[in-house]
Amino acid sequence: MSYAVGGSNFINNLGRIYAMYTGTFAGFVVLIGILEWMGVPSTILGYLYIFLTIGVYALIGVLSRTAEVSEYYVAGRSVPAFYNGMATGADWMSAASFIGMAGSLYFGGYGGLAFVLGWTGGYVLVSILMAPYLRKFGQYTVPDFFGARYGGNAARTLAVIVLIMASFTYVVAQIVGVGVITARFLGMEYKLACFVGLIGILVCSLLGGMKAVTWTQVAQYIILIIAYLIPAIVMSFKLTGVPIPQLMYGFALEKIEVLEKTLGVAQGHAAAFVDAKGQYSATAMWNYFALIFCLMLGTASLPHILMRYFTTPSVRQARDSVAWSLFFIFLLYFTAPAYAAFAKLEVYQNLIGTPIDKLPGWVATWGRPGLALVGACDAANAAQLFPICAGVKGNADGILQLNEFRIHTDAIVLATPEIAGLPYVITGLVAAGGLAAALSTADGLLLAIANALSHDVYYKMIDPAADTKRRLVISRVLLLIVAVIAAYTAGELGADILFLVSWAFSIAASGLFAGLVLGIWWKRCGNAAGVWGVAAGFATCMFFLVATEFYGPWVKSAMSWMGDIQIVKARGRDVAYIWGINNISVGIFGIPVAFLVQWIVGKMSEPASQDMQDFIDSIRVPAGEVKSIEGAAAH
Amino acid sequence: MATKLTPDQMQSYWGKTSKLMWTILALWFFFSFVVHFFAPSLNGIRILGFPLGFYMAAQGSLIAFLAMCFYNAKAQNAIDEEFGVSDE
Repeated sequence: MSYAVGGSNFINNLGRIYAMYTGTFAGFVVLIGILEWMGVPSTILGYLYIFLTIGVYALIGVLSRTAEVSEYYVAGRSVPAFYNGMATGADWMSAASFIGMAGSLYFGGYGGLAFVLGWTGGYVLVSILMAPYLRKFGQYTVPDFFGARYGGNAARTLAVIVLIMASFTYVVAQIVGVGVITARFLGMEYKLACFVGLIGILVCSLLGGMKAVTWTQVAQYIILIIAYLIPAIVMSFKLTGVPIPQLMYGFALEKIEVLEKTLGVAQGHAAAFVDAKGQYSATAMWNYFALIFCLMLGTASLPHILMRYFTTPSVRQARDSVAWSLFFIFLLYFTAPAYAAFAKLEVYQNLIGTPIDKLPGWVATWGRPGLALVGACDAANAAQLFPICAGVKGNADGILQLNEFRIHTDAIVLATPEIAGLPYVITGLVAAGGLAAALSTADGLLLAIANALSHDVYYKMIDPAADTKRRLVISRVLLLIVAVIAAYTAGELGADILFLVSWAFSIAASGLFAGLVLGIWWKRCGNAAGVWGVAAGFATCMFFLVATEFYGPWVKSAMSWMGDIQIVKARGRDVAYIWGINNISVGIFGIPVAFLVQWIVGKMSEPASQDMQDFIDSIRVPAGEVKSIEGAAAH
Repeated sequence: MATKLTPDQMQSYWGKTSKLMWTILALWFFFSFVVHFFAPSLNGIRILGFPLGFYMAAQGSLIAFLAMCFYNAKAQNAIDEEFGVSDE
């Protein structure tokens, strides 16, 4: 019996295959634990983790190599709902979710929960508005849908532009994540680390396209969720005696609230919509809701997520698959606030007020030059021991005060294993998990970009006569080129670009959300309306994004008719906040404009042809053929 | 399996599908925005140490989203089977 990846034997035995894989991985972790116990230095353990996990992904990639168009673009439409859910989970959860989110919650408290809500609620929209209909439509890419629904290449081209803008912004952030983790654990130079990470990404996607990415993502999900849950469980057991972090951090919140009063922290961790002084702030509330809105609609518009639902065997499984996706994402997201609460409790309870010479070992480990994630900035020369202390003035009384303690967002997840007293083997596991999260998302995004270029631009618009072999070669060459450009950009931009992720959501939502929803749910909407809707939404979003970010003072003087505009120092620039709204939520301008323009043009111009309306009826019903229409001809 | 629906059946099928969509969309709106609007007041209530407003944003709404997705899949499958247009 052969178990060729993607073959029917493989599909029928998925449970057994991935159970064996998980067992082997657990054995591997135990082995590294034994090596650590025998005294092997941690740098070598770090190399073992990173190269062995990338090796496994590469092996799956090689085993999944394919010469078939349908396997390359949509994994042969054979991925069962449950496993597609896992793959979507890995595709979705990026370095920002895995490493950054708990840190944002540590600093933002309630305010940070906008990310938890925004990055989950969008799946409800995917489930009810889009996934089943896109699966029935049954082509290869999201721009395929725009091309078919809105009559040809104008809509297709616009969709490709939006897709590339959003996905490229997002993929750069992922490669930064890969670079940061690799640099940190292997002591490699950051720019070089970006290109090492790039190899990790390419080995899985280049040979097997979507098929390879799918089965690698399932493997990556298993590693990332194990790596995320173990430290939180141990931390919960250490602090509360019960190993269920998601249930027990309520008690940590209660203790934090008491300690906040003693330590004089005005902005309570769990307090909703308060400013730095602890007062109720309407601006904080509107920012919270604006961000949730943009992240949710962005979720339902990001092509690398939507295209995962092209890979299920049926419409019914596409719907089930959305629910499973959210389930697997939920497992991580409802644990993140526990990380933040436990870390904060540990800091407030056991760290602040400790004599500097009695600080726990993890402060020195994570604070040393080269990592610089934590700092105890009491003495005047603290910056020599802890680079993060630069510019902080301590009172040199030999005791750590709250305002003398510095911690970087990334340290919350990375340092928790050591705070909980776990050996290095678990710290390495967390790094491998973070790497899996960043690699899997980067894979999905690169594939979305390369597919749009090779399928939509090259095959559909430049050379429709191209044969299979040529199409796949073009696709792989483009994947390589885009990947190298992204890695180069990531290397140049450096670390602080997580705001790019939020922009990607706003761009995707402004450009694609209205076109997708109205295309399916408003049958009479004509071609011109769709084209104008996408163009207007995207242009509005990009205008406000560029203007507020790079021309803040100009926005303040020239656009004062819009109402209150503030200038805020961010990323070394004067950024304009219109109505006090942070420009990471710039989609609140683009999304309504897209709907409004598409609706007005739709009412004024010619409605969809009878053929088009029959086509829409045919994608609304799961059974039966999809009516063929210009741009949606059989592949 | 692939029985073609008459225009009347199609209208009735899409009516039921739309009703399900609007119901869940309303629930989505409630759990995404409306309930969190009251977070400052809800935080006065504590369950197992969690202030309720915080809990809703950290877990409560997420569980509701999850339930909505599974319910939508189940309810839409029932509609598909009623009209004999399921693709499985």
